[in-house]
Amino acid sequence: MKILVCPLNGPRPVSEFAYGGEVRPGPDPDTCSDAEWSAHVFNRSGVPAIKYEWWCHLASGFWFIAERDTLRDAVIATHPAEMGRRPLPPRGAP
Amino acid sequence: MPHRLLRFGLSRKHPEPRMFTRHENLKPAYDVVIIGAGGHGLACAYYLARDHGIRNVAVLERGYLGGGNTGRNTTIIRSNYLTPEGVKFYDESVRLWQDLAVDFDLNLFYSTRGHFTLAHTDSAMRTMRWRAEVNKHFGVRSEAVDAAFVKRAIPMMDMQCAGHAPIVGALFHEPGAIARHDAVAWGYGRGADRRGVEIHQQCEVTGIRTRGGRVEGVDTTRGPIATQRVLCAVAGFTPRLLDMVGLHTPISIHPLQAMVSEPLKPWLDPIIVSGSLHVYVSQTARGELVMGASLDPYELHSTRSTLEFAEGLASHMIDLFPFLGEVKVNRQWAGLADMTPDFAPIMGTTPLEGFFLDAGWGTWGFKAMPVCGKTMSHTVATGRNHALIEGFAIDRFEHYRLTGEKGAASVGH
Repeated sequence: MKILVCPLNGPRPVSEFAYGGEVRPGPDPDTCSDAEWSAHVFNRSGVPAIKYEWWCHLASGFWFIAERDTLRDAVIATHPAEMGRRPLPPRGAP
Repeated sequence: MPHRLLRFGLSRKHPEPRMFTRHENLKPAYDVVIIGAGGHGLACAYYLARDHGIRNVAVLERGYLGGGNTGRNTTIIRSNYLTPEGVKFYDESVRLWQDLAVDFDLNLFYSTRGHFTLAHTDSAMRTMRWRAEVNKHFGVRSEAVDAAFVKRAIPMMDMQCAGHAPIVGALFHEPGAIARHDAVAWGYGRGADRRGVEIHQQCEVTGIRTRGGRVEGVDTTRGPIATQRVLCAVAGFTPRLLDMVGLHTPISIHPLQAMVSEPLKPWLDPIIVSGSLHVYVSQTARGELVMGASLDPYELHSTRSTLEFAEGLASHMIDLFPFLGEVKVNRQWAGLADMTPDFAPIMGTTPLEGFFLDAGWGTWGFKAMPVCGKTMSHTVATGRNHALIEGFAIDRFEHYRLTGEKGAASVGH
């Protein structure tokens, strides 16, 4: 069983968590074009990389950010959700 | 005798007949380059050569022929979809499948079994009726049937599913079939090869050259190629290819796992699918049970297998068929599914002239191989999307015109 380290609850089996997709800062809805907005709604970065992702510990309802290598399925670090308020430091290829 | 055998083996007069010609070198230019020698890419090459007279075609494969999702799926062929676009498209595919063995002169083990999508709730039954009515409207044989019909057809199934998910009815789709997946890729490959198409295995695409919004060529690990037309048919590697040309799509990659049991005497004729229990299962001509479930729950570019998957699937199989408790699992594997938000593919022309896409095939691509070959070869030959694939165009997201197939394309939602 894969173990994920929740910033609140510590190491827990991955079956206790839900994946919430990549952390993606959105364009300003008041100023962006229709094309920019639909691209934000639908398009994803599908290539393998080390990505910042939203995860939720289901039992406690706690959302946080994980840095995960989507090629090797390795979690590099987990951070409290507050990290998402600031621009995230860039991550390279896996 | 061993001496004679050795002489025969080494003689150039009696070469072993091969399915394909082996080409040592790439030509400097081709009319069309197809990336990906899976069922989709090879089918397109076959119909380009056979129906459109375009034979100066190279199919490039970074691994081996049919080694991706073509060889990793659970081989179910059906057309009981939900949207008119989907039903018409997959119905044409089922029609093509039925003649394919004769076209190829190769036994595909195509076996019409009938296909049951089980409903365990009233709301699921409502979707089954909806699908049945859409199907019948387009002449596809599907019926919503009650629990007594299901019990008569599959008497060995536990209709209560261990008590927690009683079966209330099903969508019965008579033309549902299975086939031998390798044979399909080999049949298309051999047919294309005989018509002059070159298949290059262990040849990885490293870049796609463009100029002024047009495709100019392809760079590979075995040298550059000049070409005006490129078809990308690479399933789980689609985002990496699109990255080379700067195109963006909603595709994200999730592994889809499957497993197969030891061979048993034939006992399961129809194909059984349960969306609520996340199971689909059929018995092959060899007697193995081929079983699949829902996608892995998060993005991953790895074909690793997990114990949780095998345990979860086995437990649901035992809900349906308790007597399988003693049966062993023989093999387990995974493929990389290129998922789209509406569970429909992304096909046809792209904003980059000369770059064509046959992608977003997620968990539903095997059954579509023949019709994808037909429609994509038409699209590549004429430069215009075939009428059957208009609902699958890449620009549908920009216009919020999705082709919602989630209710019919997959299990586990």
